[in-house]
Amino acid sequence: MENQELLDLYRRMVEIRAFEDRVQRLFAQGLVRGTTHLCQGQEAVATGACAALAEGDTMTCTYRGHGAVLAMGAPLDRAFAEILGREGGLCGGKGGSMHLADVAVGALGSFAIVGAHLPIAVGAALTAGQRETGALSLTFFGDGTTNIGAFHEAMNLASIWKLPVIFVCENNLYGEYSPLALTTPVSDLTVRADSYDMASAKVDGNDVLAVGEAVTEAARRARAGEGPTFIEALTYRFVGHSRSDPAAYRPEGELDRWKERDPILLFGERLVAEGAAADADVVAALRAAAEETVEEAAERALSWPAPDPETRLEDVYA
Amino acid sequence: MTAEVTYRQAITAALAAELEADEDVILIGEDIAAAGGVFKVTEGLQERFGDRRVRDTPISEQAIIGTALGAAVTGLRPVAEVMFADFAGVCFDQIANQLPKYRYMTGGQVSVPVTLRLVNGASTGFGAQHSQAVENWFLGLPGLKICVPGTPADAYGLLRSAIRDDNPVLFFEHKALYLRKGELDLDEQVPLGVAEVVREGTDATVVATQLMRERALEAAEQLAGDGIELEVIDPRTLAPLDTETIVHSVEKTGNLLVVEEGSGSGGWGSTLLAHLAEEAFEMFDSPPRLLSTDETPTPFAAELEAAWLPDAEAIVRAVRGLEVVA
Repeated sequence: MENQELLDLYRRMVEIRAFEDRVQRLFAQGLVRGTTHLCQGQEAVATGACAALAEGDTMTCTYRGHGAVLAMGAPLDRAFAEILGREGGLCGGKGGSMHLADVAVGALGSFAIVGAHLPIAVGAALTAGQRETGALSLTFFGDGTTNIGAFHEAMNLASIWKLPVIFVCENNLYGEYSPLALTTPVSDLTVRADSYDMASAKVDGNDVLAVGEAVTEAARRARAGEGPTFIEALTYRFVGHSRSDPAAYRPEGELDRWKERDPILLFGERLVAEGAAADADVVAALRAAAEETVEEAAERALSWPAPDPETRLEDVYA
Repeated sequence: MTAEVTYRQAITAALAAELEADEDVILIGEDIAAAGGVFKVTEGLQERFGDRRVRDTPISEQAIIGTALGAAVTGLRPVAEVMFADFAGVCFDQIANQLPKYRYMTGGQVSVPVTLRLVNGASTGFGAQHSQAVENWFLGLPGLKICVPGTPADAYGLLRSAIRDDNPVLFFEHKALYLRKGELDLDEQVPLGVAEVVREGTDATVVATQLMRERALEAAEQLAGDGIELEVIDPRTLAPLDTETIVHSVEKTGNLLVVEEGSGSGGWGSTLLAHLAEEAFEMFDSPPRLLSTDETPTPFAAELEAAWLPDAEAIVRAVRGLEVVA
């Protein structure tokens, strides 16, 4: 990978971190309604996976999908505006935090019913197959999703039809407030793929390059007509499930241990070690610039007006 | 070109016509391809259009509907079969939370040209979990359109319109009507959202769909012998509902009976009555009535099911209850 591509991955992860931190503050200030599900700590999964996609590929994700939608290239300001419920938001203020979508960049949608988007991802892959576009359909979901019916139906159908789907399971060890072991009889989630005779891989989800390599291989298989792949990316969310969750269920010290494996810190060190950045100052400057970009985007979105109430009546029917 | 065909043949013909007209139309569902469907509605279509466009699926209703949705927003025009409409219960999320909301939640970034064919209705002895008329489950979901064809011509025309529509359409086929015959003009179009005045009359308006439409027409013949002339209206589409045609009729007759297969609670009939009470209360000469099935699940035994489902005699009694003055 070229040095510039590596630096871009770093910048993207920082943008997502800064975006989520800013959303958290906007929420605390009462500027964001409803709820938010943030992904600090999991940036390497979305960034590494989406960077391995090609133009025309599609991505679907969950309500914890800000990072994934940004990783596809959605504009920061319009993403902020959607979460703030402003005119100019990605969805005109009709979606909100849980439903970011930017179809123009392949971000087909963020879905707030656990598992519901997996069959939808299969459908996008069916279109690619029918039209022989060579495109693939990547879908993100959490470990908790592997216990819902739609997951199994989608895995099964993608496998028997050999569709170009990449199932990326972000295993952050908790399904909402419950630890994986309490809800799931297997600790290795790739065994779920085995029962659908589907190729699988398990990767360090805090290593952006490892995620990228796994998705690149899955994409090769998908485009070669070899069918879907299931990827389990082990990661950790630094925040609670949603805005009201202080994550008190975590064992003492667990969060601190994972913060030592912060994907942004790890990758920043690696950039220096492998010569992509001259030294730590270069990395710090890159980080500061990315954070500045995000802050400017937030300020722009905050300056935009609320949507015209009459627009609520639009977009029900085509 | 006009021919006499069955309701089932009309549906098959509509599917074939749309498969022929548009490469992006595909059919998916359980046993629809190799077996031709459990009601044989899709018989011959896989042979004719190939196994890529007419596909058998596993018994996975969530995957069927979700896949149709994902394919639709990326450019195909899928038609998915729900073998018995009752099975909509196992994919309720996809129908209620995904199909009607996807376009809206994205601010109009996508359109969702999905047609679901759901096999509906009682009177054939399938018991409580394979006999329901479930269209009322899907009222109150803006974003969906709902068709309830009662004749071969309507089935054909509405299905072609549904497949060509850029919105999700639930197309309910009444299983008791599959062998009913009627004239079909292959070139006749039936737009969504337009009711039909099936029989003109002056004394009372009866609004009914599918099997109840057929029974309302029987009742009209019986009452005609007594000099009471019913006007029978088939809405054909419940969402959008053509209330204008119904208001126009009740303005003339002054009396209204709605006949509905299924529970009358929270259904399209009571919605219609509420609408008319708000918009046109002064036109009624007698209190409008809703005749529906008993408030029980669909019973199995022939005598139980027959007593449960309104027949022509029940409709005649209900019309007489309106105290219609002929």
